[in-house]
Amino acid sequence: MSSELPRGRMLLSALVGLILTVLPLPTYGDLVRPSFLVVTVLYWSVAAPRAGGVGLGWFSGLLLDIFQGPVLGQHALALSLVTYLVAREHQKIRSKPLFQQSLIMFAVLAFYEAVVFAIDGWTGHPLTSPLRWIHCATGALIWAPAAVILAQGRRS
Amino acid sequence: MRGPSLGFRFTLYAIISIVVMFLDQRHGWLEQARFGLQAAAYPIQLAVSSPSAAWRWLQESSQTRDALRAENDRLRKQQRELELRTMRFEALARENGELRGLRDALPPVADRWLAAEIVNTQVDSLRQRILINRGTTNGVFKAQVVLDDKGVIGQTTHVGPWSAEVILITDPEHAIPVQIERTGLRTIAVGVGDSVSLALPYLPGNADIKAGDRLVTSGLGGVFPAGYPVARVAEVHRDAVQPLAQVRATPFADVDTDREVVLVWFSPNHPAAPTSTAMKDLPTGNKALQPQPAPPPRPKAPAQAPQSTAPSQGEAPPPANPSSTGAGPNSQGASATAAPATGGAIPAAGTAAGANSAAAHSEVPANASSGARKPTTHAGTVNPTSAPSSKGTTSTPTSAPNDASPSANSKDSAAGEVTPATPKQPTPEHPSGATPRNP
Repeated sequence: MSSELPRGRMLLSALVGLILTVLPLPTYGDLVRPSFLVVTVLYWSVAAPRAGGVGLGWFSGLLLDIFQGPVLGQHALALSLVTYLVAREHQKIRSKPLFQQSLIMFAVLAFYEAVVFAIDGWTGHPLTSPLRWIHCATGALIWAPAAVILAQGRRS
Repeated sequence: MRGPSLGFRFTLYAIISIVVMFLDQRHGWLEQARFGLQAAAYPIQLAVSSPSAAWRWLQESSQTRDALRAENDRLRKQQRELELRTMRFEALARENGELRGLRDALPPVADRWLAAEIVNTQVDSLRQRILINRGTTNGVFKAQVVLDDKGVIGQTTHVGPWSAEVILITDPEHAIPVQIERTGLRTIAVGVGDSVSLALPYLPGNADIKAGDRLVTSGLGGVFPAGYPVARVAEVHRDAVQPLAQVRATPFADVDTDREVVLVWFSPNHPAAPTSTAMKDLPTGNKALQPQPAPPPRPKAPAQAPQSTAPSQGEAPPPANPSSTGAGPNSQGASATAAPATGGAIPAAGTAAGANSAAAHSEVPANASSGARKPTTHAGTVNPTSAPSSKGTTSTPTSAPNDASPSANSKDSAAGEVTPATPKQPTPEHPSGATPRNP
């Protein structure tokens, strides 16, 4: 890892991820839409855990809370938790091929959604529709292309 | 490398998150912070929604002249229809207000209104929320009613300076108190999470409801005023095994396709305005809803009054049916004090009766005197347990003394009366009915 940290690209990609996350889509597109921001943040936690990591996760989660959370701090907690786990294990994850990384990300996203789900329940905003888990699968699916695209910028 | 370790940073952020969540959830202390954050987020939301807004603008501006003219004709026709209907509506509202004696009902309940555009942003895919482009700078407040041209669409949840988040009635966390227009049955309609249906989960299996019934707001709950259309019942499923009926309704509002909604401010003193649970209209409120002077005595038979109260006071049976709770006090009220009149079912009514018992004999509402007259006709046959509904059916005057005592008693009961509009209440002439019966 270079000493120069890719902060600018990181923030830009996080902003793009946020815009993609809140972009209006027709109903079905919306249901299968992965959480682009979460995937982006996870990527930076693997690729540059020092620059990104927990802080980026927390602020991105807070943004998600402002845009869609019933309780402030909900996505912030969940996202900082998964970024902490991923950043701690970033060496192992980075050494895996992309397909296995996708599987790991599926588990991570499911864990993230489980935390959000639990906080939903504790704070009295339960949302038990099974559709809420779809984005974990689609997020895992776009992991490989997202990793390639984001890595492009870094190598150039 | 630099800074604290990963685990430390995570712990720090986790603690901050939990504290933030706690404050936001439990105390609402973060309303100010939310306000600022919503303001900060609004430019992003606008930017995100701008492509679709631009596309819509492009579409509209490239519409052909014919399409515009057709739309213009349609709108003009619609406006004419609405004007005709409104004309009738105003006449009906006035008539209704006069019938009910509610002069305050004459001005419309909606005080001010403001059109708002839906900022086309995905708030959450599974929660039914929308963002509108009006905020506190426009006077929008939390839990404000949002309508579209067909019916209730939701209420505001988080209000920022230039934007507000609206929770739709179809959101699974939203419940709206409704009333079946046909029967007046009140219940609650909750959202189920898709934009075309509401559920009415709290109706018993034998509730009088059928497909096609209109649901309007009931005015309870303190947010929505009474009488605004909400939904139409789509299907009623009654299962012999289930204690509750499964009812689905379709909201009138085009939750999906709306582009503009209307925020409404209601005049707080209006009778149809949202009632607060604080019952603030009890001590003051409007005059029509206050306890009114009791119906006056009939002018005739002045001599019998003291004579009849004496026996009735001795032999007055305990009130037998709920409607006769005023009867026991009535029998004593004339002779002794007004205090027993507080035994009435409604505390406010009882105190009013006590307060008004002195002045009760001054005014003569027409229906009250007719109501007081009626019991004299069936004094001998009515028994203490007879409901007021049996009043009209039994009408056989039996004996002369009865004719005297009920008239006096009817006066007494009238003294304890609270609402002159109900001629039923003088029927519990139990003392008089019991007096001939006991010997």
